[in-house]
Amino acid sequence: MDTENEEPQPFRLHTIISSAADRLAGSIFILPTVLALLFLSIFPLIASLYLSLAKFDIAPGGFKFTFVGLRNYKKLFTGSEGTHFLGDFAPSTSLTWIVFGLVIIALAIFLARYFLSSNVSIGGLIGRILLTLGLGMLTWMLIHTLWNGGRLGTASTTLVYVFVGIFFQYILGLGLAMLTVQNLPGRRFFRVIFLLPMMITPVGVAYMFRMLTDTSKGPFTPIWQGLGLTDFSWVNNAWGARTAILIGDIWQWTPFMFIVLVAALESQSVEPVEAATVDGANSWQIFQHITWPAILPVSMTLILIRLIEAFKIVDLPNVMTNGGPGTATQSLTYHAYINWRALDLGSSAAVAYMLLFLVTFFSMIFVNLIRHRTVEAL
Amino acid sequence: MKSNNMLLKLLSLMIVSSVLIASCGTAAPATTAPADATDAPEATTAPATEASTGKMYDGVTIDILTFVGPQVAEPLQRRGPDFTELTGATVNIITVPNSELYQKVLTDAVSGTNAYDGYLFAPSWVVDFAPAGLIEDLTPYVEADAALEWDDVAPFFRDFNSYDGKVYSIPLDGDMHMVYYRIDSLEEAGLEPPKTWDDYLAVAKALNGKDLNGDGEGDYGSCISKAPGQQAYWWIWSIAAPYIQSQGTSQGPFFNTTDMTPLVNNDAFKRALEVYKETGLYGPPDETNQGVGDSRGLFLQGRCALTMDWGDIGPLAIDPANSKVIDKTGAISNPGSTEVLDWATGKLVACDATTCPYAVDGVNHAPFASFGGWAGAVNAAVDQKQKDAAYAFFSYMAQPAQSNADVVVGSTGYNPFRISQFENLQPWIDAGFSQVAAEQYLNGIKESFDSPNMAADLRIPKNHEYIQVELDRILAEYIAGNLTTDEAAQQLYDSWETITEDAGRDEQLTFYKGTLGQK
Repeated sequence: MDTENEEPQPFRLHTIISSAADRLAGSIFILPTVLALLFLSIFPLIASLYLSLAKFDIAPGGFKFTFVGLRNYKKLFTGSEGTHFLGDFAPSTSLTWIVFGLVIIALAIFLARYFLSSNVSIGGLIGRILLTLGLGMLTWMLIHTLWNGGRLGTASTTLVYVFVGIFFQYILGLGLAMLTVQNLPGRRFFRVIFLLPMMITPVGVAYMFRMLTDTSKGPFTPIWQGLGLTDFSWVNNAWGARTAILIGDIWQWTPFMFIVLVAALESQSVEPVEAATVDGANSWQIFQHITWPAILPVSMTLILIRLIEAFKIVDLPNVMTNGGPGTATQSLTYHAYINWRALDLGSSAAVAYMLLFLVTFFSMIFVNLIRHRTVEAL
Repeated sequence: MKSNNMLLKLLSLMIVSSVLIASCGTAAPATTAPADATDAPEATTAPATEASTGKMYDGVTIDILTFVGPQVAEPLQRRGPDFTELTGATVNIITVPNSELYQKVLTDAVSGTNAYDGYLFAPSWVVDFAPAGLIEDLTPYVEADAALEWDDVAPFFRDFNSYDGKVYSIPLDGDMHMVYYRIDSLEEAGLEPPKTWDDYLAVAKALNGKDLNGDGEGDYGSCISKAPGQQAYWWIWSIAAPYIQSQGTSQGPFFNTTDMTPLVNNDAFKRALEVYKETGLYGPPDETNQGVGDSRGLFLQGRCALTMDWGDIGPLAIDPANSKVIDKTGAISNPGSTEVLDWATGKLVACDATTCPYAVDGVNHAPFASFGGWAGAVNAAVDQKQKDAAYAFFSYMAQPAQSNADVVVGSTGYNPFRISQFENLQPWIDAGFSQVAAEQYLNGIKESFDSPNMAADLRIPKNHEYIQVELDRILAEYIAGNLTTDEAAQQLYDSWETITEDAGRDEQLTFYKGTLGQK
């Protein structure tokens, strides 16, 4: 009996160690990844949140941070950085009230439809209320800064770069992709050529477009002279400068849309297209009913990726226009960069957080309301 | 099989734990002893003398941070190998854009990275770095360094590179704004070089659109760069200074010395804003996007009748490879004004013996020593050997043997700062100046330095924020037409007041008065 009682001891120890290893192995194996993520992503996020609530100063032997609460955010919205960040608001007119009223009615209908639907949840309701408030405020900002003597701030300028840029990049990318999937001579050559802009560093693109838009020294000077535009400069006018930057951005990023859409177009089944052709469908009908639904999921993902990326535009305005005329071409990242360069680290972090908020806001709208619905509708 | 599994798991856990422990162990950064600016250097004998007796810095590598070239950095890069040959120290020159230099220096020093042993930067930043102990007190070095010939450095630059009576940077360059004009074009039009800023506008207007370089196309009356983030914030003070400062250098043009309120929301500064903006009417169409390199290039190509610049254009204009205005370039001290600010009322009043005691022919001049010239400072936190070698390199660059050769070459970006460089014309003539051109050029600068009403650049803590951040942004908005003159002046006043409040009004006032020699 004694022998029997004593023998299981090493067995029990063995079992305990084994079961403990079983339980802990998973956690410990993912620990390095979690630590790396915490160190590289979460920690900087928290540190920069603190930075946005603090003031940086040089002090004997180094530097110091002083906690200032929400002062940096207050400066962005109502203080000395207000016009820089939000823009110069023109007085309200009857037209701005009408536009704003229409947007508010549309948002109210959107909220009401959700509220009256059968699948209302607390999370969904809160999300939609936040979305409505966000869109309402952005609309107010845009209609007061886009025209009638208003002036765009870095937030609105960034939105212009993002939405106008992505719109044209997608349309052009799709057009080029449609062309190069046809059996046209030289299509392989042009596929490589169309990809080249994406391979060039953005700073290189910026310098190239700075030169191209120079009416007195650039390679297009003879053309400008022929058109009598030698005394004209793109960058003297706010919208001229923004347009020049948008052209550079569209030129550089259209290839990204193009190459993914080529892959999407080439991966669609040939049979439905052939069947439709046999049934007498024309090219537009084939595109509308077969090709478009086939590439829509890829397109949505593509736009989402570009959306997130486009918010971070900085190279082109920095090199092409130095952010000018005035601050007309400064994006949010450029705004944060200028404040960082001036060692106003608190304001810089606050601008970066507002950028993070905007990217998250639009990405969530896109994913939850547009992508899901569009793809589910197929 | 079960036993094998357990062994495998234990082994895996041990490996992961080892990796974690190892990574924690190696994560500790290399630390450097904290800077102590009061530490006297080990070697106080003249580095240059020591260097000449043997390769005392064999094996030492010094990293110097400065503004991206080609000018300014170029002489450092070119003379680095000579210094290595002389002392054994290897010199690495690291360059960054001008607009990032301040931030790079500060980040390097305050974060304890200390990647750079020396900095070639604006001496006006000394007041930010020296009190924090980030740069070395070079007084003992200078006192022991006969080869530097410190007494030959013009008094203004000796003072501008010092803080609290101690030398913190070694000047390699002397900076003063001047106006350059096309001698042939003005003579042809029967115009005199401008004495006031109103004259400047009149000459620019008269010559704008005329063919100045014989290519059959209309050229520009004035070229003064206006791009944001470049040099606009210095040009505006060259224009504003004679409107605001009339009672001598110690009066200062930036702040009221009684209460530290900015001198920008008044008729004098508003007039300067209007003049600066109006020069754009007679300039190239994309002037709002041009830096000094662009406007300098246009002047050298014969496309501008007038321009404002540092001393660089003088030597550049005689370079046949790049200049179409050889022997056609005149240089004068900055124009002035016949009206000056009444500090009590904020209005402009006419010049008389009381309001403008230093006026010449009824015109108040206040030549602006903009930027103060590039100067070398030594990181206080690096090893003593590195400090010694970095100082020795800056001393070597500033010594007459090197400096006299560098200041006569336009592409170096270095302008004269030694008394002997103004007195001895021979190096200038050897470089290609005619006797007359050399005399006129040097007199233009010397006249400015000798002026009892010269305006010195701002040199108080946060001067970078006052000038290169807030003034730059508001000026850009004003030039772009987004702000009226009144709005620009008011916004600048408000933003400068915020900075002053943040930094402490009394402390800033004490600093400011100290830099003006007031008590």
